[in-house]
Amino acid sequence: MEKRYFQPEAECASREQIRAWQSERLVAQVKRVYENVPYYRNLMIDKGVEPGDIQSADDLYKLPFITKDDLREAYPFGLLGAPLEDCVRIHSTSGTTGKRVVAFYTQSDIDLWDQCCARALVAAGADKSDIVQVAYGYGLFTGGFGLNGGSHKVGCLTIPMSSGNTDRQIEFMCDLGTTILCCTPSYASYLAETITERGLRDKIKLKAGIFGAEAWTEEMRHDIENTLGIKALDIYGLTEITGPGVAYECLAQHGMHINEDHFIAEIINPKTGEVLPYGEKGELVFTCITKQGFPMLRYRTKDICVLNAEPCECGRTFLRMSKPMGRSDDMLIVKGVNVFPSQIETVLLNKGYPANYQIIVSREKHSDILEVNVEMTPEMFSDSLREISSREKELVEALKIMLGIYAKVRLVEPKSIARSEGKAVRIIDKRNLY
Amino acid sequence: MSIKQISAFVENKPGQLAKFTDVLTQHGIDMRALSLAETEDFGIVRVITDDSYKTACVLKEAGYIFSITPVIAVEIPDIPGGLNKVLHLLNDKGVNIEYTYAFTARKQDTAYMIFRVTDNEAAAEILKDNGICMFDLEDID
Ligand SMILES: [Zn+2]
Repeated sequence: MEKRYFQPEAECASREQIRAWQSERLVAQVKRVYENVPYYRNLMIDKGVEPGDIQSADDLYKLPFITKDDLREAYPFGLLGAPLEDCVRIHSTSGTTGKRVVAFYTQSDIDLWDQCCARALVAAGADKSDIVQVAYGYGLFTGGFGLNGGSHKVGCLTIPMSSGNTDRQIEFMCDLGTTILCCTPSYASYLAETITERGLRDKIKLKAGIFGAEAWTEEMRHDIENTLGIKALDIYGLTEITGPGVAYECLAQHGMHINEDHFIAEIINPKTGEVLPYGEKGELVFTCITKQGFPMLRYRTKDICVLNAEPCECGRTFLRMSKPMGRSDDMLIVKGVNVFPSQIETVLLNKGYPANYQIIVSREKHSDILEVNVEMTPEMFSDSLREISSREKELVEALKIMLGIYAKVRLVEPKSIARSEGKAVRIIDKRNLY
Repeated sequence: MSIKQISAFVENKPGQLAKFTDVLTQHGIDMRALSLAETEDFGIVRVITDDSYKTACVLKEAGYIFSITPVIAVEIPDIPGGLNKVLHLLNDKGVNIEYTYAFTARKQDTAYMIFRVTDNEAAAEILKDNGICMFDLEDID
């Protein structure tokens, strides 16, 4: 295996060194947050913890968690960790009930994030001679800007394509000789298929891809790798913590190395909050120890994972996290977008439909399809097909505004939504991702 | 002058229409006309039966969502361009037709059409003034 690192002094540091950085940075971070973030200070006071109680990373467990509910409650500025005038950018993602999560970045936050993404690119084999095509969306979504920044740091020629426009993606890939592709795994699959269909396999020079922001299976990985003749690597991140690059896969392709000099990872029992030893399955919790703008302490990701502390053949010493194996809440990731059933329920109720619905997610040709089945009611029924259809269209529009993606609505007969033990089955995920 | 049509919601999937007509048949309800308007996912099945009250009760019992819509049943003159004439009479007076479908009456050779229009009374008056016959359900038997 080719061994190449962006910052070997950090990525391959001894465990003792990593622990020392974590302790030192955590202590300072807790002090800073306690002083600057009244919302979190109150959480600490409620739990009876003072900054002085945190002497090292071993004391992390004493701190209160931050949950999605806190983000909603503190929206928009309540968890800001630095003066607003020191912040230079925001990114945003959807929250549980339509209230968006807005994360703030100082220039230092952006620089560190870019470094994290640069580590991921170099782990995939990148150096300054590479041409990186970023086909993640640019905008409030973190994917595009994150990998773009990482690619700059490595010194690669960066093609800021953003998502969509497949013809142009392939045209640039062929004409400019893109060597590394960054996008969602489902879009990578779609591109791979299209390239094969058009007989352009020999015209592309891709060697690796970094595919994240949604769950994908080993089978999908093999498909993409075989079709394009590349190494396909995973990357993990979330807007609340920073974006892609919180953890990244190396060529060993066995778990994602967590950038532990910036983020401390814990696995907890989602029911009790108790910290579990490495190797046990539980909810992943992150603490940002270097971030300033939006310094999450013990943020509950709701992703169910396992942490692996065994040494990796690539030489990196950072812990590895497994792919998320599920969620401890009912969030779905569809086409890379977070979808909460509660958001769909809100729209239905606003539009006068009953909350008798079912969400069906499937994957066709590696692309996600979101359907919402809604039970017809006497109030919504009319003898006019046109009237019902136009109401249905309004609902589709409203869902699109709330979710940011298209959901097909299907009106179904009353009582036709499957109920188990009297409770309707709200979500059917046919993708078998976990 | 109008007759009562039952419009019910059905999903557009195989067997749903037969399931619906089974319910009526099992309760001895006689369907005089049936039409189905559908989209990709769902449809509205519209029926004229010999007993609209009983039909409503039976469908309610079976869990269907339906509405009762007044429509007019028009005898189409047995002359070339008969249907065309009826459509023109309504159109010229500004009565819009939302939908129409054929309807067969027993024991008679006459052709009927069911019309769902924006204004039943206006339509009835126009047609009557022009010598076009309409029927109450009792007349059709
Ligand atoms: Zn490794």
